[in-house]
Amino acid sequence: MASPSPTAARKTPLYSEHQHLGAKLIDFGGWMMPVSYPGGILEEHRATRTAVGVFDVCHMGEIHFRGPRAAEAVSRLVTSDAAGMPEGRALYTVACHETGGIVDDLIVYRIATDHFLIVVNAANIEKDYRHFLAHVGTWCQIDDESDTTALIAFQGPKAEAALTGLTKAAIATLRPFHFLPGQDVAGHPAWIARTGYTGEDGFEIGSPVEHAVALWQALLEAASAVGGKPAGLGARDTLRLEARLSLYGNDLSDSTTPLEAGLDWVVKFEAGNFVGKAALQRQREGGMTTMRKLAGFEMRERGIPRHGYPITDPRSGAVLGQVTSGGVGPSIGKNIGMGYVPAAHASAGTQLGIDCRGKLAMAEVVKGPFYRRKRA
Amino acid sequence: MSDSYPDDLLYTEDHEWARREGNVVTVGISQFAVEQLGDVTQVDLPREGEMLKQHDAFGSVESVKAVSDIFAPIAGKVVKVNTTLHDSPEYVNEDPYDGGWMIQIEPANPEALPNDLKKLMDATAYEAFLKEHED
Repeated sequence: MASPSPTAARKTPLYSEHQHLGAKLIDFGGWMMPVSYPGGILEEHRATRTAVGVFDVCHMGEIHFRGPRAAEAVSRLVTSDAAGMPEGRALYTVACHETGGIVDDLIVYRIATDHFLIVVNAANIEKDYRHFLAHVGTWCQIDDESDTTALIAFQGPKAEAALTGLTKAAIATLRPFHFLPGQDVAGHPAWIARTGYTGEDGFEIGSPVEHAVALWQALLEAASAVGGKPAGLGARDTLRLEARLSLYGNDLSDSTTPLEAGLDWVVKFEAGNFVGKAALQRQREGGMTTMRKLAGFEMRERGIPRHGYPITDPRSGAVLGQVTSGGVGPSIGKNIGMGYVPAAHASAGTQLGIDCRGKLAMAEVVKGPFYRRKRA
Repeated sequence: MSDSYPDDLLYTEDHEWARREGNVVTVGISQFAVEQLGDVTQVDLPREGEMLKQHDAFGSVESVKAVSDIFAPIAGKVVKVNTTLHDSPEYVNEDPYDGGWMIQIEPANPEALPNDLKKLMDATAYEAFLKEHED
């Protein structure tokens, strides 16, 4: 229960808004961020699953690639086929080291033929920028515009209805993982992407940082009109965990590869010569069955799995790995988690033991997301 | 703030409360602890009959965010456990001083009880303690 020291951490442009709303603020990876607002995490989680949750994600990084070789540069950095993306498309992918370890997981936006934007994790901005410069710094113009860009996530089944009143942009026909640059939202210049990190339909809205506060207020008002509310990092974590979305620093790291992390689908070996390709090819040829894999599991006995708890083989008692993310799944009424285990223990139905602070509780490996939204 | 910290209770620096009734002390966690934890999702408590030393961790409270140990404010034997918290941990949030009580302890040595209790804070001292540690 130690209080955070507010001195060193950076503040997003919405910091004072969170204070006004009575948020609990903590130092998260060097940023003062709201964990939750009065009402609490579960209420924010429910609001996002049933109406709209509004999230400050201004701490995330925005790195732009501009120039005739921008497509080539981005393709060199990420494991997907970035050069093949049409304008207006967004893509979830990873950037790897030569070792195959993940530098970061990110979303690539193709704004124009010769202009890409990569949105990166807050804690990785400097590392990513250095990595990008080291590999393709001479290929095109690379600018870290994180400090001048605000980003707000507007997530939930009523997000489209609520946003419609604030913009003339054609969001009704905007498909998932597509975006509209150069729009106007509540009188503010913005881009609107149909992306998110909650397992719900929704949008991520970017704008110049000087518009952040007014845009946030307009979005909050639109959200509350449909039963939505601001939501903090606590709800963001339970929402993404239920949707089985990985969190860099927990489930992904410099020493885990996308093949181990179950992100095979973002690795396009045929797409070109990306950094880390050779190592990943070797790992694949070594056999997907011999490596460790990120397994998702549901608790079958009483216990809440948490980051760092040992995962054991219930038959031999041998330690297989550690929980990388875990907690309660409020919308599914189950306790859930993820962790790296040898591939032989990672298939659905496998029984795992979770050592919850000395108490062994049984869990079972399950396939796919823990929570799936109902599609209209 | 006085409503948050009833006058008839004693408090620990770990944010447990203790209510003495005759030779039995009822234990729970304070409003401050509840606010820090957020939504409580699981409470694990000892079995009746277990012997505790003062400051022993006797159980844990899990919230959506984190897990925290709960410590015995006095030494003694666990004579009663609030088993309803097993299925209804939300009582801790809703009613920390009544429905959210956790265990009752009977001191093994009744003569040691006043001495154990002397180490705890009354409501005024606890509120001053909280203020002091605000940041």
